[in-house]
Amino acid sequence: MRYHPLTDADRGAMLAAIGVESVDALFAELPAGEPTFDLPNQQSEINVERALNAFAKENLSCADAPSFLGAGNYRHHTPASLDHLIQRGEFLTAYTPYQPEISQGTLQTIFEFQSQVALMMDMEVANASMYDGATACAEAAAMACRITRRSRVMMSGSVHPHYRDVTQTQLKHLGLGIACLSPDPIGIEDLIGRVDDSLACVVVQNPGFFGHLSDLTPLSKACHAVGVLLVVCVTEPVSLGLVIPPGAMGADIVVGEGQSLAGPASFGGPGVGLFATQEKFIRQMPGRLCGETVDADDRRGFVLTLSTREQHIRREKATSNICTNSGLIALAFTIHMTLLGEAGFTRLAEVNHANAVTLANKLDAIKGVKVIPQTFFNEFSITLPQRAAAVAETLAQKGVLGGVPVSRFYPRYEELENILLVTATELTTEGDMNLLVESLTELLS
Amino acid sequence: MTDIRYTKEHEWVRQDGDSATVGITDYAQSQLGDIVFVEVPDEGKALAKGAEAAVVESVKAASEVYAPVSGTVMQGNAVLGDAPNTVNSDPSGDGWFFKMTLTDASELDGLMDQAAYDAYLKDCDA
Amino acid sequence: MTDHTNTTSGHRGLIFEEPLIFELDSMGSTAVDLDEPEHDIDRLGGLRRRGPVGLPGLSEPEVVRHYTRLSQKNYSIDTGFYPLGSCTMKHNPRLNEKMARLPGLGDIHPFQPESTVQGAYHLMDTLASWLKKMTGLPAVALSPAAGAHGELCGLMAIRAAHQAAGNDDRMVVLVPESAHGTNPATATICGYSVESIPGNGNGRVDVDALTARLGPDIAAVMITNPNTCGLFENEAKVIADAVHAAGAYFYMDGANFNAIVGRVTLSALGVDAMHINLHKTFSTPHGGGGPGAGPTVLSDALAPFAPVPFLVHDGNGLRMAEHAGDKDAPQSFGRMKGYHGQFGVFVRALSYMMSLGIDGLREASGDAVLNANYLRVRLSEELTPSYDGICMHEALFDDRFLKDTGVSTLDFAKSMIDEGFHPPTMYFPLVVHGALLMEPTETESKATLDQYCETVLALARKAKRGDTAEEFLSAPYLTPRRRLDETQAARKPVLRWKPEPLNHAAR
Repeated sequence: MRYHPLTDADRGAMLAAIGVESVDALFAELPAGEPTFDLPNQQSEINVERALNAFAKENLSCADAPSFLGAGNYRHHTPASLDHLIQRGEFLTAYTPYQPEISQGTLQTIFEFQSQVALMMDMEVANASMYDGATACAEAAAMACRITRRSRVMMSGSVHPHYRDVTQTQLKHLGLGIACLSPDPIGIEDLIGRVDDSLACVVVQNPGFFGHLSDLTPLSKACHAVGVLLVVCVTEPVSLGLVIPPGAMGADIVVGEGQSLAGPASFGGPGVGLFATQEKFIRQMPGRLCGETVDADDRRGFVLTLSTREQHIRREKATSNICTNSGLIALAFTIHMTLLGEAGFTRLAEVNHANAVTLANKLDAIKGVKVIPQTFFNEFSITLPQRAAAVAETLAQKGVLGGVPVSRFYPRYEELENILLVTATELTTEGDMNLLVESLTELLS
Repeated sequence: MTDIRYTKEHEWVRQDGDSATVGITDYAQSQLGDIVFVEVPDEGKALAKGAEAAVVESVKAASEVYAPVSGTVMQGNAVLGDAPNTVNSDPSGDGWFFKMTLTDASELDGLMDQAAYDAYLKDCDA
Repeated sequence: MTDHTNTTSGHRGLIFEEPLIFELDSMGSTAVDLDEPEHDIDRLGGLRRRGPVGLPGLSEPEVVRHYTRLSQKNYSIDTGFYPLGSCTMKHNPRLNEKMARLPGLGDIHPFQPESTVQGAYHLMDTLASWLKKMTGLPAVALSPAAGAHGELCGLMAIRAAHQAAGNDDRMVVLVPESAHGTNPATATICGYSVESIPGNGNGRVDVDALTARLGPDIAAVMITNPNTCGLFENEAKVIADAVHAAGAYFYMDGANFNAIVGRVTLSALGVDAMHINLHKTFSTPHGGGGPGAGPTVLSDALAPFAPVPFLVHDGNGLRMAEHAGDKDAPQSFGRMKGYHGQFGVFVRALSYMMSLGIDGLREASGDAVLNANYLRVRLSEELTPSYDGICMHEALFDDRFLKDTGVSTLDFAKSMIDEGFHPPTMYFPLVVHGALLMEPTETESKATLDQYCETVLALARKAKRGDTAEEFLSAPYLTPRRRLDETQAARKPVLRWKPEPLNHAAR
């Protein structure tokens, strides 16, 4: 096998040194009677490529069709140098930096990642990453319960349904009560009126799942007046280049999905969970943290720190069971943010927003189509005169990935059946927009 | 000389009338190594004997400190927040953890005295 | 002799001093040029950011050089031998990377109409089929994101099964004292209390102690097999039968699956659930800490409770069951991950499985175990193996060979760094003193292993000479950084860069 360097001669010499007859003899303790497996034998690289190419060809790639898809997963341009850098073997094939003397590369990039995330969110500290936005959201709700020693969580109808589902699953056995408000397409839910001192936290999303941008300052004040923490989810971090960040609106914990800045969607995974909070809460944070220190020669260096929160030391008393996180995707996020810098990041956000405004105006002009939110960043919901799932399917047959039907997430809500989520990014051209508008007009007429 | 009693978890407790001061022993701090964080209980917290009262952490270990006797916390040692290393440098003095009232001073009789603790330490190292 | 390491620039040949990006800031620079927006009409409702984010600006060559230099400060499996026990640091084939980047696999969106992603579904279904056939279990949940997440999946399914059967009073999970920390941490998230089961003195679970503790309050037993001492739990089936007789479930931690792939089925071991670390056993890169994927195979008893999403075959092909409680998933315990799991990791793992085939996978476990036993035998010349006899894919040593030398396990490990080797896992498992856990994997040639053995034996002899403790204590000497002050890092955490004025204000 091309990946295995031992030759039969090597094996023979090694078995002699060990003093056993055969490799199989090393497995004498396994149950007798080795099973047979109905699986194929090894294949050449050429054949494996052919087989996987066949899977790829069965899919309609976003590279081959104008895409207006979002719903928490966004397609942005990936600079060429980004993919080159994350494929450097020293990043790609290193383990978690447990030996800091020979892991300063990974450690410094984590420190830069933590710094960038904290700056973008306008929070004091960020961790080294979680699996994804949804699991980060669940961890934030659990953390708020630990901090406040309260056991009720309220989740806004603006929060991504997967984040709501994952939070409910992950907290279900911890004796915590989770109230999920109804999905809120028009942005009228009254959160402030529901805040009381029995709550550990209120979880909201900005921009919301249906596109709305909200000023969270009044909500954070109402929360803090009764000792409730505000958890804010950000599923599109590019918005932070243009929109007031959660920290400036009073968030106590900010979680998010970094995928949109970390490369292609890859069918939704792996992503990278962003997790930021205020310094006073760091001992309740889940996940790895990298900190600055000095080495024996008094030079600046970086180490994993505050590990006593984590499972490998605290075991059943740990803040979370997370071990492996999303290191490489966090690195991609960091490199992209460094390539962009302040000017590039702001410009990227401006272009996204301008394209979304243009698209919203075009769609609003179609008879029977109505853009729902008054304010939005690069994604908004629209109502159609018929079922959105069928429309999206028909558009796809015409080679346009026209949007995400909300019924995919909320099949039991009839009133959401006609709502489609539509996104424009820097990759959306005028031609793409016109194709969508023409296809939709034709389909609806 | 003030009477100091010890627990098997390597806490010391020094009685002062109807109150007491609690800390961890020199042996405990040496086992933990450089202490980086201490969390002491809030004033007014009621503690049952054996309940978790404080947390002490080094870089690679975390350990609970248990109430050696029952009572109510009068004061936690605020110095340890900024200078947890005081526990390393002066475990039985400035590195105390908290002061508490004694619900039942006779509970102290169930703990080890100096001689018994010294003997116990010999077992620990064996 | 002149000290040639003291240079003016701070660089030392190919070892570069590299500042933080914030210290390389050229205000206004960017490596990404985008056209100006078409217009500046805004629908932000007055929520436009009022000040800068505070990000530094760099040009493309500066960014490429920065991260290239940082990468060079890392040890990696591409660079050298990485015998980190419990982590299965094997070769990461680049074919996997190439396949994951095919536009038809990398550039697809999780919420495209299902008719446009049948290839992705078929790929996931094929991966699932491999995992089921390799383990002999009838179902697999693909969505868990990593090993610990897979443990959570298994225990959540177990808890749901108990609840469905009305067994609400089974609230204790038994875990051997040698277990990974994730096991007890996971059980706690499931609302269970955790009790530790001692070892039997031969590095395996004390079966009598375990069976004696079984009873109506036990929900599950979690056992790593091969275990964290690198040994096969040869009484696994006896344990499983006793666990089942007592009405509990048997969770097997699959972190060490690489040792037994292609040689045994889990059904033969009586397993109800096991996670599979695709980022260990199936060669997907660790990436400095992730991402991973922890698909979890389930027995017939647990399969109905599997998390959403999962694939359903129907007349028109494959579709995804995405909602717990719906007719496709009436008893599912819920959703534990956004979207459809770690698809990019699935592509890489399947690429690896197809490359090796079942004969290659069997060869891999054979070579991994052969390599570990070769290390065990050769190193026993100077080191002290913790247990006698054949080991599986890891060789465990303790620090008895360093007794009275003044050299600790940590010092010994740090000295290996100067010799160009990544140290083994240190101080784990906790059940032996000063552990050194070595997992060579099937990736290493005999020549590499021989060089490693000669180096480690020489270090051991040097330590035993008695007058070298000081030298060990200060190692490593040849790395970009010497030993780091972890105490300072923890006492006064500095977790991010801050602009200077803030630092002054803080002082």
